[in-house]
Amino acid sequence: MNRHASSDRADLVARTATIATEVAARHANDVDRDARFPSESFAALREARLLSAAVPRGFGGQGAGMLELGNQCAALAQGCSSSGMVLAMHHIQVACIARHGSDSPYFQKYLRENLVERQELIASITSENGTFGDTRSSICAVEVDGDAMKLDKDATTVSYGAHADAQLVTCRRAADAANSDQVLVLFPKGSYTLEQTGTWDTLGMRGTCSPGARFSGHGKPEQVVPGSFADSSAETMVPYSHILWSALWTGIATDALGRAAACVRGAARRKPGSVPPNAADLARAYVDLQTMRNNWQACAMEFDAMTATDDAAARETLGSMNWALKMNQLKMACSEAAPRLCHQALQIIGILGYKNDTPFSVGRHYRDVLSAALMVSNGRIAGKSASMLLVVKEV
Amino acid sequence: MGNESKIRAILKEHGRLAKDVDTLDDNADLYQAGMTSHASVNVMLALEGEFDVEFPDEMLKRSSFESIAAIASVVDSLTAASA
Repeated sequence: MNRHASSDRADLVARTATIATEVAARHANDVDRDARFPSESFAALREARLLSAAVPRGFGGQGAGMLELGNQCAALAQGCSSSGMVLAMHHIQVACIARHGSDSPYFQKYLRENLVERQELIASITSENGTFGDTRSSICAVEVDGDAMKLDKDATTVSYGAHADAQLVTCRRAADAANSDQVLVLFPKGSYTLEQTGTWDTLGMRGTCSPGARFSGHGKPEQVVPGSFADSSAETMVPYSHILWSALWTGIATDALGRAAACVRGAARRKPGSVPPNAADLARAYVDLQTMRNNWQACAMEFDAMTATDDAAARETLGSMNWALKMNQLKMACSEAAPRLCHQALQIIGILGYKNDTPFSVGRHYRDVLSAALMVSNGRIAGKSASMLLVVKEV
Repeated sequence: MGNESKIRAILKEHGRLAKDVDTLDDNADLYQAGMTSHASVNVMLALEGEFDVEFPDEMLKRSSFESIAAIASVVDSLTAASA
């Protein structure tokens, strides 16, 4: 790694942190109250050309690894959880295209022109009515007829679909394929319609704007991502999702505890010489925050080290049960730690944290992280881990 | 009964395939035939029981169980090692 590359990457996180403070945080309450898309955050990220952070350097992107992307998402989530989540989801989609489509001229052009030059935002449609939250199963199927391709999907949740420039959609490989035999298909703006079928009036993560929608797209067979979703899911979508989500949940918890710490410091200043009674609770909470941060960062560094040295071998490892268990454990740990830490922050701050209009308010943080255990339900994940542990010998 | 036919019997009982196992070639892709990762765990457990072997963790990946031929070769390597 040369000096230029590492300073560029530090810059990536620092520039995002500036946007988090100066833009995302300023609009976070408004985004939350009105359940509206954080358009200011994304205009600023696009302007700063930060939406192509995950695009490999060969295509003109910043080529950031998992650790940098995680730090970037965490930094943004400290200002606005929904902004951090949308950025993470965008990177997940970009990574799927970059890691599984880069041999195809169609996706090479898309990476270079749409993602880097035009800084476009990609949403994904992985949920479907009737699959009950199992992303590794589809009912809808892509139909290829000569040079034409089409797909219809009835999705239960489509995050920021109406605000994105493209949709990356899971579906069965063909009309006669099994439910688990899936592929990913990319539909750029203009090649699809998205008809909203539900509402998004939720407890938290309101700015992700994720109502149900009926998708209908058409295009050419080249828009199908090469290979199978079974592989792109295990090798890319799952690690990027679970690590980047864990990172941004850590960012939200960091901001909540930061407010608790500011509250404790304020009390200490009013009465120098005596340690405020809630300072010890803050000390305990930071123990858990450190564990949480180290957990996702260790997984991110392991992913980066593996993929940097021998990507073919890395893909084998990423497809193993041991890695799948590690990702499940990370997701469960961080999604459960984040609400616990927001709860602790609230206990430390007290009524000023409970109120929605003080500098110490943590209600939004708390509501936002309650989504963590539900987006890919921890119950489902625990069930999958339990099943794998019946055959895995050393964890 | 040869290993392939024992493997077929296990797939029939635990693979939850969308297609009839008897119509599948030894090299046919079992995941494309509808085997989910959850079903594959049950297949692994049944194979460990049937052949009295334990799959080491490095073999617990999709490619080891992607076809009847792949499973047979994994089972062969383990039974040969314990013989």
